[in-house]
Amino acid sequence: MKPAAFTYHRAHDVADAVALLTDLAAAGEDPKVIAGGQSLMPMMNFRLARPSALVDLGPLRRLPAMTAIRSDGDHLTLGALVTHHAVEKATLPEGFAVLSRAMRWVGHLPIRSRGTVAGSLVHGDATAEWCLLALLLDAVVVAEGPSGRREIPADELFHGFYATAVDLDEVVVEVRFTRPAPHAALCEFARRHGDFAVVDAAVALDLEGTAATGGRIVLGGVAPAPVRVPEAEAVLAAGGAAGDALWGAVADAAAAAVDPPDDATTTAAYRRRLTRTLVADACREASGGLR
Amino acid sequence: MTATELPGDGHATEPRAEGPRFDGHRGRWVGASIPRHEDPRLLTGRGRFVDDITLSGMLHAGFVRATVAHAQITGIDLTATRAVEGVVAAYDASDLALGDIVALLDRPAEEFTPTAMPILAKDKIRFVGEPLAIVVARDPYAVEDGIEAAVVEHTALDAIVDEETALRASTTVHDEAPDNVLLDVSMFDTPGVDEAFADADVTVEVTTRSGRQNALPLETRGVVVSWDARDDQLLVQTCTQVPHQVRTLVARCLDVPERTVRVTVPDMGGGFGQKCVVGREEVAVAAVAQRLHRPVKWIEDRREALTAGFLAREQTYRTRAAFDADGHITALDVDVVCDMGAYSCYPFTAGIEPLMASAEMPSVYRVPAYRVRGRALTSNKAPTAPYRGVSRPQYVVAIERVMERAARELGLDPVEVRRRNVITEFPYTGVNAVTYDPGTYRESLDLAEATIRDEGWYELRESTDRHIGIGFCCFSERTGYGSEAFAKRKMTVVPGFDLSEIRMDTTGAVVVTSGTMNHGQSHETTFAQIVADRLGIDTARVKLRQGDTERIAYGWGTFASRSVTIGGSAVALASQRLGELLCRIAAHLLETRPDNVALDGDGGVVQLDDPDRRLTYEDIADVAYLRSHLLPKDVEPALTATASFDVPGDGTFSNATHAVVVEADPGTGAIRILRYACVEDCGVVIHPKVVEGQCRGGIAQGIAGALFEEITYDAHGEPSAASFIDYLVPTATEIPDVSIAHLETPCAFTENGAKGAGEGGTIGAPAAVLNAVNDALRHTGVELDATPIHPRVVLDALEGGL
Repeated sequence: MKPAAFTYHRAHDVADAVALLTDLAAAGEDPKVIAGGQSLMPMMNFRLARPSALVDLGPLRRLPAMTAIRSDGDHLTLGALVTHHAVEKATLPEGFAVLSRAMRWVGHLPIRSRGTVAGSLVHGDATAEWCLLALLLDAVVVAEGPSGRREIPADELFHGFYATAVDLDEVVVEVRFTRPAPHAALCEFARRHGDFAVVDAAVALDLEGTAATGGRIVLGGVAPAPVRVPEAEAVLAAGGAAGDALWGAVADAAAAAVDPPDDATTTAAYRRRLTRTLVADACREASGGLR
Repeated sequence: MTATELPGDGHATEPRAEGPRFDGHRGRWVGASIPRHEDPRLLTGRGRFVDDITLSGMLHAGFVRATVAHAQITGIDLTATRAVEGVVAAYDASDLALGDIVALLDRPAEEFTPTAMPILAKDKIRFVGEPLAIVVARDPYAVEDGIEAAVVEHTALDAIVDEETALRASTTVHDEAPDNVLLDVSMFDTPGVDEAFADADVTVEVTTRSGRQNALPLETRGVVVSWDARDDQLLVQTCTQVPHQVRTLVARCLDVPERTVRVTVPDMGGGFGQKCVVGREEVAVAAVAQRLHRPVKWIEDRREALTAGFLAREQTYRTRAAFDADGHITALDVDVVCDMGAYSCYPFTAGIEPLMASAEMPSVYRVPAYRVRGRALTSNKAPTAPYRGVSRPQYVVAIERVMERAARELGLDPVEVRRRNVITEFPYTGVNAVTYDPGTYRESLDLAEATIRDEGWYELRESTDRHIGIGFCCFSERTGYGSEAFAKRKMTVVPGFDLSEIRMDTTGAVVVTSGTMNHGQSHETTFAQIVADRLGIDTARVKLRQGDTERIAYGWGTFASRSVTIGGSAVALASQRLGELLCRIAAHLLETRPDNVALDGDGGVVQLDDPDRRLTYEDIADVAYLRSHLLPKDVEPALTATASFDVPGDGTFSNATHAVVVEADPGTGAIRILRYACVEDCGVVIHPKVVEGQCRGGIAQGIAGALFEEITYDAHGEPSAASFIDYLVPTATEIPDVSIAHLETPCAFTENGAKGAGEGGTIGAPAAVLNAVNDALRHTGVELDATPIHPRVVLDALEGGL
């Protein structure tokens, strides 16, 4: 469990990082950005990932924008090097408070203390909490490359199996969440706390008093990438009294809609059953406990 | 015996041996939870573990390992490996020409098939992870580059991955064992088994299975070997529970005199049995260090530890039991099959698990008739070693499931069925020809049940629609196996005795040796307590030496909960003899009769008829070393004494009852432990907090086996778990608080009245948890008999049954 040989490069600002990525690639290298390293380093130690060069964004922590958590009107912007733990400890506007609450599911404290929001999104694990939250709250990933900055909406970000729309020569600068959801929750199930979820569910409800008028349902662990479930969202959009009857209907619709894989660790049927449980749990929690 | 919560500091017990006594100071140390001697260094980062050792010019080693489970090797090409920058040398089996590891039993061919474990695979690959070649390089990174560059050619064979494929024997793991059976022993078939089943009012049948586990010491295996030209000796610094057995085997495999091998053991981060066998890697590293005359280090990484380290526990029990209408068991008939993997471990052999199960299966119950067949299968999986509890967690699951099933059939409370069968009169000689010394089998059961009842768990279970279940497990555990008990297993290497030597220096400070091997059990503290009480000195004046084959003539290390029972007794006897020597010299110096002096309990010898006349140990040591002309004529200089101890007969049995309350989550099938109560009896407790630590850690490992950990293999013999992502070792989040109540039945034939405390937690937890889960599922008609329990299975039961 020692990584294959690589060269190490420290970036001093975003432009420097982009230039390093471009120059290294032009020199025939296979460079990779490293931020918190909480996914990349284990993969390199197992030699499952073997970049020939690492471009370290660590020095960019000096730049205030890279670690800032900014709320401007209906948007919440996280600098690319904001850690999970920083979000967990932040006091966020009501519309984004679900982000703080969801952080308890992300790995363990040491992982949360080093791992970054942008790193998790670019890694694109199908069960990663940030990937679900990006779809739930319409995140926009701002990436800088050789030809300047571009914005990637969350629904174009995930290509499945750890592939994302962020190009190899791009560096994520910030992540902007554009859809406040005061009635939102994320629930997940893993055999041990802190593990990758078997299934996780994020829910944002539109509530008028005690009536549901719509909402969004995002699932992880049921497909190669996190997915929204239109069939379940349709049940919410049809409206109804917030409570267990509606949550059950939403959960049933979600469970019926997904087509999870059988794999070495568990069965499709079990993942579907967990989907039903977790969607209902997340709806109940998002509604503030309405049964 | 008394039932108490944890005795606190100053808890006094009766010293048990005859010898020097000092009224008013008895048991000042034994029974007290004093601060651990190990803690100052371990808690401030000043411990020294194998991986902390760095020697000048040291090289690093790693192993080219098999990537397929079963194959004929047609070629190993290390040319590219040797060309990798930083690689110093690379060797395969033919380069090193080492002797094989062979573990034997003194049993006929129809019962036991000896097989050889080569240090590096020679012509055949038998499991994924098997070492094929050793690579030595300047740093661990170059080692892995070198490993990657090796080319192994092979012809794949079908993999033997379970009982069915092993017994079908379409292919064989070892040519010597054409049926893939390494051991097949029918240890007991006592009169009346068939008659009892014919006359039974109720017959129950249970097939229980347990998953393959890794004992998982947090410190993986590792070794640093260096060549000392001046001493003409290899220094092997390694984390082992059995330093002398490592020395014996290294010398044998390298074909050198044992004198030229010294094994020392620094601090250790756990062993749990995995390190009480000798690994191939240690021997290979010794061989290359000898050849290169350079220090070489190998530290097992976690992937190796999970896939190529010794595993344990994959067993199936097909158990039939006959009961009369009153719930008394009348016969037990068991077929035990253990999947021991690719090789027989040294020195215990592949027979370790089935022989343990066969010998002890009747457990704490009065079983009148008993038949058992135990088999060890060989398969294309990583080999096995003893793991904390050795088969006892599994056979206890089998017999405890039998009790639960019988209770259901008879309409009786399962605790009541146990109560009607449990041994209550001691010594009790069982149908298995084992004599059980006194214990608190019934009392621990009663107290555990009362605890759960008094706290209201039964009422909650009845009054709620939550899926709450209560489970018990009553068991005993043979600890302190002496040579007589091990000889019954027909091992050709028979552990049992232990040696101790004690020296007092001119300042009255004491160094004591033990052939046991601390690997986390706090021996430095507990053995010091024993010595301090025997000699009447502060524990701060006692230093324990272990883990050096130059310092200790021979020892059997630490396993099978033997340290305090056997090693602790030897240390006590040596201390007592030193006390006698001190008295003898003092009487001479005080010019009085030897029977007119005694240790005063405060670091001196006092004249009994004139207490003002007293000599300190420093006074006596001054004479013993520096003015030896003043010694009695028949006393040799120096203050030293030695002792050996061996437990007679069948050893001593600790016992416990575990009670567990669980809740099954109807949405996920997850099992949450709401309450865990342990009532244990390990005789005289030397250090309550240490015993509690052993209990809690053991219970955590038992819960791991019940609910989480398993290494499975696919049809090709590929292991499922290569990291902690897949091997579900539970964390503090998953392990509940455990309450521990102590009962105390002093052992009559160990020096301190202590029984072993190392394994009980692990033994009791799987059955208690499984029984509790089944109780939570009682309305579903489903009974689970396999561990670990997957939440999916629980959910299926709940949904199917509701």
